[in-house]
Amino acid sequence: MSMSETSLVRARNVHKAFGPLEVLKGIDLDVAPGEVVVILGPSGSGKSTFLRCINHLEAIDQGFIEVDGEQIGYRLRDDRLIKLSNSDIAVQRSKIGMVFQQFNLYPHMTALQNVIEAPIGVHGQNRNEAVRYAKELLNRVGLAEKIDAYPRQLSGGQQQRVAIARALAIRPRLMLFDEPTSALDPELVGEVLATMRDLAKEGLTMIVVTHEIGFAKEAADRVVFMDGGVVVEQGPPAEVLTNPSHPRTRSFLSRFI
Amino acid sequence: MSGSASIQTDDRLRDVKLAHVPFPVTRLALWIFTLAVALGFAYIVAINPNFGWPVVAQYLFDPTVMQGLWVTLGLTVVAMIIGVVLGLILAIARMSNDRLASSLASLFIWFFRGTPLLVQLIFWYNMSTLFPRISIGIASWDTNDLITPLTAAIVGLALNEAAYMAEIIRGGLLSVDKGQAETAEAFGMNRARALWRIIIPQAMKSIVPPTGNQLISMIKATSLVSVIAMADLLYSVQSIYNRTFEIIPMLLVAVLWYLFITSILNVGQGAIERYYNRGDRGSTPADRTKEYATPMVGAAHEHV
Ligand SMILES: Nc1ncnc2c1ncn2[C@@H]1O[C@H](COP(=O)(O)OP(=O)(O)O)[C@@H](O)[C@H]1O
Ligand SMILES: [Mg+2]
Repeated sequence: MSMSETSLVRARNVHKAFGPLEVLKGIDLDVAPGEVVVILGPSGSGKSTFLRCINHLEAIDQGFIEVDGEQIGYRLRDDRLIKLSNSDIAVQRSKIGMVFQQFNLYPHMTALQNVIEAPIGVHGQNRNEAVRYAKELLNRVGLAEKIDAYPRQLSGGQQQRVAIARALAIRPRLMLFDEPTSALDPELVGEVLATMRDLAKEGLTMIVVTHEIGFAKEAADRVVFMDGGVVVEQGPPAEVLTNPSHPRTRSFLSRFI
Repeated sequence: MSGSASIQTDDRLRDVKLAHVPFPVTRLALWIFTLAVALGFAYIVAINPNFGWPVVAQYLFDPTVMQGLWVTLGLTVVAMIIGVVLGLILAIARMSNDRLASSLASLFIWFFRGTPLLVQLIFWYNMSTLFPRISIGIASWDTNDLITPLTAAIVGLALNEAAYMAEIIRGGLLSVDKGQAETAEAFGMNRARALWRIIIPQAMKSIVPPTGNQLISMIKATSLVSVIAMADLLYSVQSIYNRTFEIIPMLLVAVLWYLFITSILNVGQGAIERYYNRGDRGSTPADRTKEYATPMVGAAHEHV
C-alpha cells in the first residue's frame, strides 16, 4: 500500500481563482488519519479559501481534493469525471466538521439545539440519542450547565466551544478549524485551545488554520506554511518553527517572537 | 476649607446608593394635562347628539353588520395567507441565481405594486369580458363560473399582497448574516432546510413588524371590494345607511369594528415579536420599561 492510499485527505495541484485574482496556485497536501496539521501563513495567503475548498464551499478550478477516498464534488465513473448533485455534495459535507472564526452559532437556538440540529436534520438521528450525545459533548467542552443558554448569553470562548461541540456532534472524519481563536479576547483564547488540544490527543484528524504558534508547537504533528497561494514549506513543528528553511517562513515567524 | 476630613465626608455623601430621585413634577403635570384633554374630548363626542350613539348601539351587533364583519375577516385571512405563501416563493425566486426565475418574480412585483388595487379588483371582476373562456390543456371553463365576486376579491387582494410581502420577506432574508447560510451549507443541510430552520426564523425578526402593518392595511383594503359587490363590513353598513340615512352612526359602527380587530392584531403582533426576539438579551419590552424605572440603564444597553 502506498503512502497516499492511507491518507485521509489528498489535495493535488489545487488551483482557485476569484475572477482575475489567483488565490491558490497548486496546493498539494496529504493528511494522515489522526494527524493534526496546522496551517500558518500571512493574511490573504489563501488559507481560508483552501479550507473552504476541502468541503466544497468553494469549487476548485484545477486539480482535485479527496477525503476518505471520495473525491469532493465529483465522481469518477467509467473513466469520466461527473459533477455531483447538490444533495450528494451535502452528504460529503456532512462528514466534515467545520469551526469558523466568527463561531456562526445559530442565534435563535440554544446551545443544545445548535448541537442537535445537524444530527437530527441531516443525519436523521433519533432525537433522544442526539440529545444524549449533545449533552455528553457539551459536558466534554466544559459547558454542561449552559445547554439551555442562547449564544448571546455566552462569552466568545463559550460560543466557540459550543461551535466545536456542534461540529463534533456529526461524528466527523475530519475537522476544519479556520482561525478559531482570532475573534476572541486574549483571556478567552486559552480555553478554546485547551479544548482543541484534547481533541488532538483523542486522535481526531484536524486541519487548523491559526496564528497561535504555541498551539502549533504543542499539538501539531505537522506545520504547513502557506504564502501567496502555495505551500512554501512543511514539516514537524520543531523543525519548521525553530529552524525554518525558507526565508519567507523565517520573516513570518519573526513577527511572533 | 481644605481639610482632608471634609473631602472624605463629601465622598461618603456622593455614594449613589444614598441618592434621592426628585419628584417628577413636570412629567406628572403632562400626564394630568393629556388625560384631561382626552377625557374632555371623549365627553364632547359622547354628548353630541349628531354622532347618534343610540343608533350605533342598536346596529353594532346587527346581523347584516356581523355578516359583513365575517366577510371582511375571512377575506383578510385567506388573502393574507395566500399573499404570504406566494410572497415567500416570489422572494426566493427573486433572490435566486436563475435569471428566468428572478426576472419573472421582478415582473410580477413590478406590475402588482405599480397599479392601484382598485383597478386590479375591477379587472379581475370583469375578466369574463376579456377572456370569456379559460382553458388549461383540454379542460375549459366559462370565466363567469370561475370569477365570482368572492374569487375576484380573493385573487385581487392576494396577488397584490404577495407583491408587497415578497419585498418584505426578501428584505428579511437579506438581513440575516451570510455566515448563517454558509454554516448550514457546511453542515450538509440542503437549501430548503437551511431556509426553513436557520434563515427564516432569523429573518422573522425583521419580517413580522411590516407584516403586521400589511395585515392592518389589508383589513381596510378589503373595503375596496365593495365596488365589486362583495358584502364586506363597509358594504354592509353602507347598505343599512342607504335605507336609514344614518350615515355617521353607521360609519361609526364600522370604525369601532375596524379598531377592535386592529387592537387584537396589535396584541398578537407583540406576542409574535417577543417570540422571535427570544435569542436577544435586553430586547424584550419588559427590559425596555426597566430602563425608565431604574438607574441601571448601562447594564441593559451592554450590546455584543
Ligand atoms: N469570495 C471571494 N471573492 C473574491 N475574493 C476572495 C473571496 N474569498 C477570498 N478572496 C480573496 O482571496 C485571497 C485569500 O483569501 P483567504 O483565503 O481568506 O486568505 P487567508 O485566510 O489566508 O487570510 C484574499 O485576497 C481575499 O481577498
Ligand atoms: Mg482567513
